[in-house]
Amino acid sequence: MTRLPATSHEPLLWDYAESRESTEIVEIGDEYGLFIDGAMRAPQSGDYFPTINPATEETLASVAEAGEADVDLAVTAARRAFDGEWGSMPPQERAKLIFRVARMVQERSRELAVLETLDGGKPIKESRDVDLPLVAAHFFYYAGWADKLEYAFPGLQPKALGVAGQVIPWNFPLLMLAWKVAPALAAGNTVVLKPAETTPLSALAFAELTTEAGLPPGVLNVLTGAGETGALVVSHPDVDKVAFTGSTQVGKLIQAELAGSSKRLTLELGGKAAHVIFEDAPLDQAIEGVINGIFFNQGHVCCAGSRLLVEESIHDRFVDKLKRRLSTLRVGDPMDKNTDVGAINSKDQLDKINELVDSGVSEGAEMFQPDCVLPERGFFFRPTLFTGVSQSHRIAQEEIFGPVLSIMTFRTPEEAVEKANNTPYGLSAGVWTTKGSRILWMADRLKAGVVWANTYNKFDPSSPFGGYKESGFGREGGRHGLLAYVDWNGR
Amino acid sequence: MTLTSHRSVLPDRVTTPTLRTFLRGVPSVDQVGVEERVAALSTRSIKRESKRAALDLIVRMIDLTTLEGQDTPGKVIQVSAKAVRPDPTDPSIPSVAAIVVYPSLVEYAVQATEGSSVKVASVTTYFPSGQAPTPLKVKETEQVVEAGADEVDMVIDRGAFLSGEYFKVFDEIRRVKEACKGAHLKVILETGELGTLDNVRRASMLAMAAGADFIKTSTGKIQPAATLPVALVMLEAIRDFHEATGIAVGMKPAGGIRTSKDAIKYLLVLNETLGEEWMTPDRFRIGASSLLNDVLMQIRWLETGRYWSPDYFTKD
Repeated sequence: MTRLPATSHEPLLWDYAESRESTEIVEIGDEYGLFIDGAMRAPQSGDYFPTINPATEETLASVAEAGEADVDLAVTAARRAFDGEWGSMPPQERAKLIFRVARMVQERSRELAVLETLDGGKPIKESRDVDLPLVAAHFFYYAGWADKLEYAFPGLQPKALGVAGQVIPWNFPLLMLAWKVAPALAAGNTVVLKPAETTPLSALAFAELTTEAGLPPGVLNVLTGAGETGALVVSHPDVDKVAFTGSTQVGKLIQAELAGSSKRLTLELGGKAAHVIFEDAPLDQAIEGVINGIFFNQGHVCCAGSRLLVEESIHDRFVDKLKRRLSTLRVGDPMDKNTDVGAINSKDQLDKINELVDSGVSEGAEMFQPDCVLPERGFFFRPTLFTGVSQSHRIAQEEIFGPVLSIMTFRTPEEAVEKANNTPYGLSAGVWTTKGSRILWMADRLKAGVVWANTYNKFDPSSPFGGYKESGFGREGGRHGLLAYVDWNGR
Repeated sequence: MTLTSHRSVLPDRVTTPTLRTFLRGVPSVDQVGVEERVAALSTRSIKRESKRAALDLIVRMIDLTTLEGQDTPGKVIQVSAKAVRPDPTDPSIPSVAAIVVYPSLVEYAVQATEGSSVKVASVTTYFPSGQAPTPLKVKETEQVVEAGADEVDMVIDRGAFLSGEYFKVFDEIRRVKEACKGAHLKVILETGELGTLDNVRRASMLAMAAGADFIKTSTGKIQPAATLPVALVMLEAIRDFHEATGIAVGMKPAGGIRTSKDAIKYLLVLNETLGEEWMTPDRFRIGASSLLNDVLMQIRWLETGRYWSPDYFTKD
């Protein structure tokens, strides 16, 4: 018998080889105009701004900045489509077109996912497995309602409102587009959409896709630009309905701006969600829930579980497990299929995160960051935990919108509710316990639009999403989401 | 009935009530969360050199198994040869970790693997049902160890576990462990018969507290055999046990792992749950028979850039 070398018992240090998603599927132009009345047009303003890849700081393209004249053209085109072809189209035909858009999103999902990651910095794993499937699902869901509005609101004679002005954020560019555009179109409205300054490309690609799908000109208009462009869209006198997702600060300005007008308004604003872990929780799954709650999309999530409330009796054990798990997160190139935490969306956001994290350290909370190597270029931030946080610390009060978790403790369920609700926000909350009755008890008392039990960050087009208090008003998703886009009984 | 030779997670005096209290304190498991976690890990993309390293490690971790009523000395000798030298055309392919046989065939496996690194493991305790009096199980274990088995794969008494007779399960493992003398003890939980992941986690803790060197999912005779969710729950129990006692227990999924792709998923769950310290055949084994040839085919493909017909790989 041949003698072989003795089996090696050395443990294998298993580094995953780089596994980059190819970018060949996407063609990015040098310069993009505005999508008005069914075609890409050069801006009247003549202004352009660069959009960059936050993971490399390279400029991807030059994008038009819409000015007053451009907004006027877009709103006029939207009004014309509403008064004309789109408004008089039988609902079944409208449904057919939205279904077609949904199918085309599915067909081109890889391309759109790559574009989303290049422009926004989120891991390709997430844009591929979360964002794009949900985008398609939203269009499929609302396409189904288009010819059934009478059944959605029986006896109310629902009618479209007219032109919807929509301003969306940079954290889920295409998904926030879908949340806003799908119900608006299904209810028969036309849309002027302003994507975020740092992530305009996927909305422009989507706009071109709707032309291929056969959506009539003017039904969807996309105006790129910064805050000023958004303000022009919101304040345009011929816009009937405003929908905004973004910061509470800007939401308040919009609400003040619209005061006294007949424009309808829905706001989906910030959050500082409490994630409550009871002693009897399934601990290892709760760890995954907490990780997903705060590090999903680099924490750029308005409903992120950024305040962890742990029952005091398990605090040390839970924090140990959390630190261990944090050290296995793969931070880096968002285009690598194995990356868990990608790039921070912009330099501005990175500065804001740094500022708040510094305040946490100087206010006396204890910081933990895993020892991972960050790429040399691009905007990256280590996943961060703070223990010993008090309710009065800024990191327990202000929305950080980054991969930073503040950990506090509680002793009784009453105290958990009191601390969870002690925030001006009220978008979401999470509860982990194996006791079913306690889940219901908590859900009754938590002032949050969404309460997840033994899971976190779960979205479905049929489920309404929205806030309490300074997290905004109005719901997106489900039949509730349609309500924001219809007039009923002449109201 | 009192015992003192157990591990530090238990009080000095072990009885069914103290074991019940201990097992109630084991964290509960959320099945949906477990399934999501393994689904997420399964999307990891393992390419090139990381794949090659994984395949090599998988070969070294395989417990090549033949457990059939029709097994003969001849069959065992053939499988042993394959275990020692999996690919006769490629001497760079390492031997597998062990060969697993029935008690009556241990002596042939010992002879056939002599001089190699391949360990001989025998199933005992009236595998696969475990439905026999404890003294017979102990006796069977003593005999296979005498016959030269390096490792013992015992089954727990699932009936006793499910009816709450935790002391019986605990005591039996402890006695078999004694009968093993120096031999390595793997305790098969037969998770396909335990019903819930909570039970899997509790049985894992019970087996480790009683002295298991390894905990193993299945006999391969019951469906479902090894699954990723079950493996994750067992690995998490191992992690908790290690944190509490400092004792590193190994893990062995067995049954139903037939392709390299499946085996790599287990390595991913292992690597991200317990880390590199467990990425060794000393702490992780895969019980399989047909998996080995699939791994050899994948290695050949990585090395030559083309797929080879299954006829180029020996079937033993």
